[in-house]
Amino acid sequence: MNFYDIVFYLFAALTIASAGVLVFSRNVVYSAVGLLFALSGVAGLYVLLAADFVAIVQILIYVGGILVLLLFGVMLSQKGMRVDIGTGAKQLGPAMIVVAGVLVVLFRMIMKTPWALQSVSEFEPTTNKIGVLMMTDYLIPFEIASVLLLGALVGAAFIARKD
Amino acid sequence: MIVPTSYYLFLGGILFTIGVVGVLTRRNAIVIFMSIELMLNAVNLTLVSFSNHLNSLEGQVFVFFVMVVAAAEVAVGLALVVAIFRTKNTVNVDEFNLLKW
Amino acid sequence: MAEGIGIILLKFGFILLFALGLGGLLTWVERKQSAIMQDRIGANRASIFGLRLIGLFHPLADAIKMFTKESFTPASAEKFLFTLAPAISVFFALIGFAVIPFGDKLIFGDTVVNLQVAPLNVGLLYLFAVAGLAVYGVVLGAWASRNNYAMLGGMRAAAQMISYEVALGVTIFGSIMIYQTVDLQQIVHLQGGTFWGWLPAWGIFMQPLGFILFLTVGIAETKRVPFDAPEGESEIIGYFIEYSGMGFGMYFLTDFVETVMISAITVTLFFGGWQVPYLLADGFHFPWGEVWLLNNWTVALFQIASFSLKVMFFLWLQMAIRWTLPRFRYDQILRLGWKYILPISLLNIVLTGIVIMVLK
Repeated sequence: MNFYDIVFYLFAALTIASAGVLVFSRNVVYSAVGLLFALSGVAGLYVLLAADFVAIVQILIYVGGILVLLLFGVMLSQKGMRVDIGTGAKQLGPAMIVVAGVLVVLFRMIMKTPWALQSVSEFEPTTNKIGVLMMTDYLIPFEIASVLLLGALVGAAFIARKD
Repeated sequence: MIVPTSYYLFLGGILFTIGVVGVLTRRNAIVIFMSIELMLNAVNLTLVSFSNHLNSLEGQVFVFFVMVVAAAEVAVGLALVVAIFRTKNTVNVDEFNLLKW
Repeated sequence: MAEGIGIILLKFGFILLFALGLGGLLTWVERKQSAIMQDRIGANRASIFGLRLIGLFHPLADAIKMFTKESFTPASAEKFLFTLAPAISVFFALIGFAVIPFGDKLIFGDTVVNLQVAPLNVGLLYLFAVAGLAVYGVVLGAWASRNNYAMLGGMRAAAQMISYEVALGVTIFGSIMIYQTVDLQQIVHLQGGTFWGWLPAWGIFMQPLGFILFLTVGIAETKRVPFDAPEGESEIIGYFIEYSGMGFGMYFLTDFVETVMISAITVTLFFGGWQVPYLLADGFHFPWGEVWLLNNWTVALFQIASFSLKVMFFLWLQMAIRWTLPRFRYDQILRLGWKYILPISLLNIVLTGIVIMVLK
């Protein structure tokens, strides 16, 4: 067990535990905090996978962006609010059965596949290369994605507008 | 690299299923959003671990597109929740039966 | 080349001491500078054996007071998050310093020590990410207090931080476009030369507009006057209303550490970081042809001193701004962020792009 392994297991444990808090907590704010730590854990795993740029973007976009979800939770769980925000859970049993099935299939799949290639993991900066890829091979998807974002933002502003 | 790629895939699988549990069982629209984010992140983790495994950056580029779609989804989704909350005063998805006539 | 864990810990200790020390000292500077600006004497009563030292013991007295006061938790508060929130706040303020380069290279026998705790090649993005996380401590603390005033303060803080975070990112794109890297050590290296043989090639001469915008946004991110609508300590009271003792102390410290942070980023991006004009790796090379050769240690000391002095200058500037301007109204803060700073920053990007294209 070397340093890399220990860090991996630490981040994995953090991620799974926080994901558990997210899904099973009765309090929306604690769910949001769980998501915060789960996504930070995933960012740590990205670093272990030598994806430095993705890791930072994960923190910048996701972890920073959860704030809005958190605020929703905060506003909904204010003391004065007397509305049903549906904090409960339903059909836990059937869900567990379905999910266990999915998990078994996934795990069997992963274990049965021969992972022949083993990466030669040399750590090198990825920022520049990803930028070049985005502007050359993936230029059209990139532009479409930006149009999608713009459309989503305009749509969101229109739907949420008060009138 | 000492931890084999399959461990990352196991982790991704576990995270994904936790997210599925959240979507299936929770009744609060905000928590459902968070669970969807978790599922998307599990997929991203898988993409990045494959990108590392195959020594190619394509997987990481895909991660960005997934992030863009996730952002768009959350923006529109939260706007819908706000709109429904204004009219029905709830974020319990069991009460969201506007299309059930 | 490989640095032992001991050296990394030493660097870590240095930068932590730098941030916390300056943060603590700032409480004294704040009192004294405001006193001078308002024609008062200012805090000078704390003394050790009658030694007053123009009030320099006040930060120490403050620290002792904070630690010994009762840290009260309201009965209805969410205990866990209430205790955690100040720590989150101060943690995210401090970890940003990991990527700030405070010198070039120090040579110990055959080990070369890079004077930066974490030589991260996405350093600048990391700083943004950390700056964006700072608001979590505020919002969680406000919510966990279960107090309506705290809640309102937290909401104001969240709206302000989200608005200015966008602008913070956009203001720096100009610099990224010029240096074509997000590695802070490399950005500082690129500011090493001179223009026309005499003007130091600091970022401010290439991004004057970017600098002004960044400093404005940076001050807004520290949540201090004139952008202190989230706290408004004198009358509206903000998110830390329920905090006492060290919980309050941590929020208090966060503001000062963030002030140091903003100064450090400004210096790194726009004022050449640790660069001393005309100082190269082997000594001074003056534009009039004179050369003073210096050894590696002296150069490193010059660089660290230069970085510290520049940071202190910006601390002074931020203090002067803080005691000059009155607080902006809340809607004015948001209007400034979205309607003025963001479009001007976008314009700055376009202008930078045009200039780069023309010069090519």
